[in-house]
Amino acid sequence: MFTVILIMFAGIILGASLRKYRIKHINRLITILIWMLLFILGVEAGSNKDIINGLLTLGLEAVIITIATVLGSCIAAWSLWYVLYKRKKGAKA
Amino acid sequence: MKGSLVIVGFFALGCLTGLYNILPFNISETDISLYALCALMFSVGLSIGNDPQTIKNFRALNPRLIFLPIMTILGTLVGAALASIFLTNRTMTECMAVGSGFGYYSLSSIFITEYKGAELGTVALLSNITREIITLLAAPLLVRWFGNLAPISSGGATTMDTTLPIISRCSGQEFVVVSIFHGFVVDFSVPFLVTFFCSI
Repeated sequence: MFTVILIMFAGIILGASLRKYRIKHINRLITILIWMLLFILGVEAGSNKDIINGLLTLGLEAVIITIATVLGSCIAAWSLWYVLYKRKKGAKA
Repeated sequence: MKGSLVIVGFFALGCLTGLYNILPFNISETDISLYALCALMFSVGLSIGNDPQTIKNFRALNPRLIFLPIMTILGTLVGAALASIFLTNRTMTECMAVGSGFGYYSLSSIFITEYKGAELGTVALLSNITREIITLLAAPLLVRWFGNLAPISSGGATTMDTTLPIISRCSGQEFVVVSIFHGFVVDFSVPFLVTFFCSI
């Protein structure tokens, strides 16, 4: 599993050592690979009857997780915001 | 937004292809997706390593805001863990793996499909696209309710590109640098956290 992450680090090291030469079109390649992989994910999902029949349920699960994660991260951001800015302003005023 | 639509388009096109058995072979039995994933991660690494601008930008950062990505990651994971209480058919680690996409829907759904199968991969895709859309639409509300850092946390891994314009507008210009830094760090954490939660 971690092979993929090692491959990314190999890319970073190679990219950094080749900094003299701008590697062109790399973002184009990334976009095309992402398209290809999401197409494959679609094919896998589409040929799986359980997923197609349960798409509504899966979507609902997705939305529940999203709302929970957005709220969680916003509350965490609010507490940092409070410590860094709001409390100080309150003390000055 | 246009980029997201194209990506959803490819996913939908794939769904139709799979549904009507258009491909002459079973793509999930081949290793194409694994090789493409390796090629993708290598290219992502190349683009990070080759870009001197990203690191330079961070010199202008308010040092106290280094904690923001950590808050985002912690808040998201706690939220995802709590969501698993309501989703009885999903384990806590599955929910946390989906949450660890932080809006980076392409990469997280690809990883999760590779490790856990297409069903959870689809949940990850839908969930993380929704996260980006919520951030784009609700940024002004999030600022009012949770302060100027909230849309950055909510945007997760997308705050260095797709959600940067809206953050700059709603939170203010002075938050652009922290937004880029935050996006970079959270972005970088996605493959690690997703792999971690899929393997435990």
